[in-house]
Amino acid sequence: MTRFILSRIAFSVLVLFLLSVFVFMLFYVSPSDPARIIAGDKATEELMAQIRSNLGLDRPITEQYVAFIGNLLQGDLGYSYRSSMPVSELVVSRIPVTMSLVFGGMVFWLAIGIPIGIVSAKHPGSVRDRLGQGFAIVGISFPTFVLGMLALYLLYFVPTKLGFMLFPPSGYVPFGESPLQWAWHLLLPWLTLALVVAAVYARLTRGQMLEVLGQDYIRTARAKGVDERRVTYVHAFRSAMPPLVTQLGIDIGLMLGGVIVIEQVFGLLGVGSLAVTAVAMQDRPVVIAIVLLGGVFVVVSNLIVDTTYALLDSRVRTAAR
Amino acid sequence: MSILPKTPAAAARASTEVQARGSGRLTLTRLLRDPASIASLIAILLIIAFALCAPLIAAWTGHGPTEQFRETGLTPEGIPVGPNSEFLLGTDQLGRDVLVRLAYGAQVSLLVGVFASIVASVIGIAIGTVAGFSGGVVDTVLSRTMDLVMSVPFLLCAIALVSVLGPSLSLSIAVIVFFSWTGLARVIRGQVLALRHREFVEAARSLGASRTSIMFRDILPNLVVPIIVYTTLMIPAAIVFEATLSFLGLGIVPPTPSWGNMLADAANGSLYLVAWWMVVVPGGALLALTLAFNLLGDGLRDALDPAAVSKGKRA
Repeated sequence: MTRFILSRIAFSVLVLFLLSVFVFMLFYVSPSDPARIIAGDKATEELMAQIRSNLGLDRPITEQYVAFIGNLLQGDLGYSYRSSMPVSELVVSRIPVTMSLVFGGMVFWLAIGIPIGIVSAKHPGSVRDRLGQGFAIVGISFPTFVLGMLALYLLYFVPTKLGFMLFPPSGYVPFGESPLQWAWHLLLPWLTLALVVAAVYARLTRGQMLEVLGQDYIRTARAKGVDERRVTYVHAFRSAMPPLVTQLGIDIGLMLGGVIVIEQVFGLLGVGSLAVTAVAMQDRPVVIAIVLLGGVFVVVSNLIVDTTYALLDSRVRTAAR
Repeated sequence: MSILPKTPAAAARASTEVQARGSGRLTLTRLLRDPASIASLIAILLIIAFALCAPLIAAWTGHGPTEQFRETGLTPEGIPVGPNSEFLLGTDQLGRDVLVRLAYGAQVSLLVGVFASIVASVIGIAIGTVAGFSGGVVDTVLSRTMDLVMSVPFLLCAIALVSVLGPSLSLSIAVIVFFSWTGLARVIRGQVLALRHREFVEAARSLGASRTSIMFRDILPNLVVPIIVYTTLMIPAAIVFEATLSFLGLGIVPPTPSWGNMLADAANGSLYLVAWWMVVVPGGALLALTLAFNLLGDGLRDALDPAAVSKGKRA
């Protein structure tokens, strides 16, 4: 058990290490000069040389990388080239928005996707199943930003033009300020995210449930006279859950990057929109920090999933050996 | 070609031809029995025809894809005009014809989606087969590499990469390929692992077949179904990936039209709120294309692997 977890942790560290080398090398080969970005177009050559030496950019790349990792381990991510704010502060200030979006959206996509999948699997081939599968395939095909723009047009702009405000245009209200406003402002982004992701869960749940419901122990439970609801939701759904947990781990891990588009469409100033701005402005330290944060997200959620699995299922532990 | 085969070899060739066609025809019959598959096939062919006709449409309307009509295509306030007799699908913020741009954008979407998926699936097949067939250290290294690529936050890395190297069509394709091959590689590896100790492989080996020959002549033909299905389902994902990159300003460089660019223009300053056609037209086209490919992929899976369907229905 310990050995399994240790091997997973070692792999996670390797992923993060390679990711950090990747972003670092990427910006090293970049044709743009950070000194030019900081000092502007009219800067003199001496000033730029001064900036380069302050940032340590005149040193060999390996030395720069070691210094970068050293600082990183102490929680120092450097300063933004554009706003001169510490990168860590800049990124941390954006995290609540993104977290609210991801975890709120998660509640909705689970609440929409899983029941649709279960109903489909209970009545395969029925009208409800066809509707559920239709929902799934449309959701899987719908590009998030198109759905988001359509939602804003139909549910914000059209009602507003008709004289009543169904949803606020965009923006974010901190939860601490007003939980109600927070939820109201996030409802459209949540639903947009949820409808697209729920499709995946509806399909997955349907497939899993179909397989489980055909098994002997379900027949046994029914033969014993267990209530059909209990058979579905307790006996069957419990065995159908592991792949859903895996999928959830993967989705949550990748969501930091996945919600970029939603943040853009709904004007939410989260980590994703910070990444887009930083990329447009060639703000290197910010981009590096966000890519690494994204990596940490993926790695940590994978670790949690793997460990939960290993705790639940001894076969996983043995396979790792 | 004469009707009667003259030599035994020709007869054998002819009979294998008939058999191969038989299996293909069976699949086709199953596919054509499914209305959703037919509809999606027709939709895809129509969009391909639309993309190929882009120059004709430009000639017919007399509007170039990047030509700006500031007099007729914009209102005096500088707002795009909606669909009318001159601009059938309206204009965008620079007074360009949305219909003509849609046709040229279809070329980009199809090119990137299909090309990137095919390249990614070739890489996935090669790596998956080698990993599954070799086993041992090679398998461990390749499998870990797949895990590695899969644990990369791909959209973030893609935007970092594009921001440094500058957006272009070829870079978009490269990025999509790099992050798309792993899914198929995993499936193929698993299948090869399951197949490589089967009797027919042992038989080929005992007949002295080389490793390459076993891989390509004995194992790979058994994997045609997952390959076709996976590649078809990869196409809509690649199309959305390209559109997302373009939407974020990191894909196809403007003024070249792509559906993602057109949607980005619509989103810019929330212009689509006063010009709905700027989002409905390219957004609808994008949805239609991805939906068609997804439906076709599902239909192909059912047609190529009828066992899976009947199992699903019985349960």
